[in-house]
Amino acid sequence: MTKYKETIMKIIFFIAAITSIVSVALICLFLFINGIPAMKKIGLFDFLLGKTWKPNNAIPAYGIFPMIVGSIYVTAGAIVIGVPIGLFTAMFMAKYCPKRLYGILKPAIDLLAGIPSVVYGFFGLVVLVPFIRNTFGGTGSSMLTASVLLGIMILPTIISVSESAIRAVPASYYEGALALGASHERSIFFVVLPAAKSGIMTAVVLCIGRAIGETMAVIMVAGNQARMPEGIFKGIRTLTANIVIEMGYAANLHREALIATAVVLFVFILIINVLLSLVKRRIN
Amino acid sequence: MEDIKKRLRLYKNNPLSLILFVLVILSTVFTIGILLFLIGYIMFKGIPNIRLDLFEWEYNSVNVSLMPALINTILITIISLLIATPIGIFSSIYLIEYAKRGNKLVALIKLTAETLSGIPSIVYGLFGLLFFVTTLGWGMSLLAGAFTLSIMILPLIMRTSEEALKSVPDSYREGSYGLGAGKLRTIFSIVLPSAIPGILSGVILGIGRIVGETAALIYTAGTVAEVAWGRDFLFDSTRTLSVHMYALASEGLYLNQSYATAVVLLIIVIVINWFSRFIAKKLSKV
Repeated sequence: MTKYKETIMKIIFFIAAITSIVSVALICLFLFINGIPAMKKIGLFDFLLGKTWKPNNAIPAYGIFPMIVGSIYVTAGAIVIGVPIGLFTAMFMAKYCPKRLYGILKPAIDLLAGIPSVVYGFFGLVVLVPFIRNTFGGTGSSMLTASVLLGIMILPTIISVSESAIRAVPASYYEGALALGASHERSIFFVVLPAAKSGIMTAVVLCIGRAIGETMAVIMVAGNQARMPEGIFKGIRTLTANIVIEMGYAANLHREALIATAVVLFVFILIINVLLSLVKRRIN
Repeated sequence: MEDIKKRLRLYKNNPLSLILFVLVILSTVFTIGILLFLIGYIMFKGIPNIRLDLFEWEYNSVNVSLMPALINTILITIISLLIATPIGIFSSIYLIEYAKRGNKLVALIKLTAETLSGIPSIVYGLFGLLFFVTTLGWGMSLLAGAFTLSIMILPLIMRTSEEALKSVPDSYREGSYGLGAGKLRTIFSIVLPSAIPGILSGVILGIGRIVGETAALIYTAGTVAEVAWGRDFLFDSTRTLSVHMYALASEGLYLNQSYATAVVLLIIVIVINWFSRFIAKKLSKV
């Protein structure tokens, strides 16, 4: 009887374990089956590199190049803004922060990671958008606004991952630099930081994934015009925004084209995942 | 005092160090400042707008009640956890207690779990729409939303329970076997109880993600502002608090109520965060 139970439970554990494999397989299957035909109908080249997205025209155009560029620009902006600030903050957390203060700052940064993206989006809508509008003109919903907001949203990831990378560097590196007469700053920025390079690379790649996949916050502040980006103070639409905004009323080829947009996004994420595991392998 | 003077002298001779130091301080102040500003601003604007009719049972365009959304959030959280927690725990039991080291299947499971944790929530939403809503014919419903979210939080629960199981010393297991207990008994009465705090902190983080999720739910659970109720409540279309918040903010008609809803969301998130930290602290004491 006991033997019987043991075997049954082992099978149950096994089935639970392969759930994640089944999930990934199902997600790939359903996205590709529903998305690839649209790419064929529109033509892969016209779909990926077409510069007009006008699904409601008499002769509809399904080019998602503006959205691909939009996603890349916004993500790059977020990295440019978020990574330096996050890295310096991580330095503070690892090398300057008194223990007492750390007990307050660490939960604060965790909380920053826990705030829902709609709340960030709302904050962007009521604070950042008017601020950009009043400072630089235009509508305020722009590439810059989205980049700043995303830059803030990736801060907790970059801080916590690079902090642990910096902490993982042996103390002897720091001590050696000090002993050679380098100042505290020179030691940590020119000796410890290069040694933590791969960990920080991991953080950056993680953040790219986060930023490119972010949806709600970006929709609320980016303006969402489906045209080629015209400047940092102009509106922009990302791949994620394209899906959410139009999925509600899309039908037929339009709907399939949106699913194909998700396929493109998914492929981006897979590439980023491969990059991530390459970086991780280099650490080991 | 002497220390500061020494430091100042050092910076005078070494301007680069000074610049780096200033940048470090500025960045930290910015990070914390943004957090305080965000919470402070939303609380300041939102708390005066919290009125009793925000918590009425029925939603209408006069009271803009968040109560239905709040109840739906709780329902969807419970259902998602009921699905994801056992699967997550069982799968980590398989990985830690049963699978042999260097097994190809284990590597594949870990790889797919990592892939899952990187997939953006809108892709989950679209998959949920294609699979649960359309193919399985559940329609936009509480159940479709909960299943979508449970796949989304699965890697999180797997990772935390794996770590929790790993941290149980082997001597516990050996002691149990030595007393004549079988493998199953050892797992359920010795290993799992000692791993519970770790598993729990992962589950709470999962709750946080469910509460904050929007993109994965719009096209799976839908946006109807009514409580899922009655015999077929699992197949009712519902909106959670985050989706409600998005709907209010994007309609742009109910700014005051949006602030109030944001306050409620923020408070929930802060409590969840504090609670998970509290449990993790308990864990480190044991």
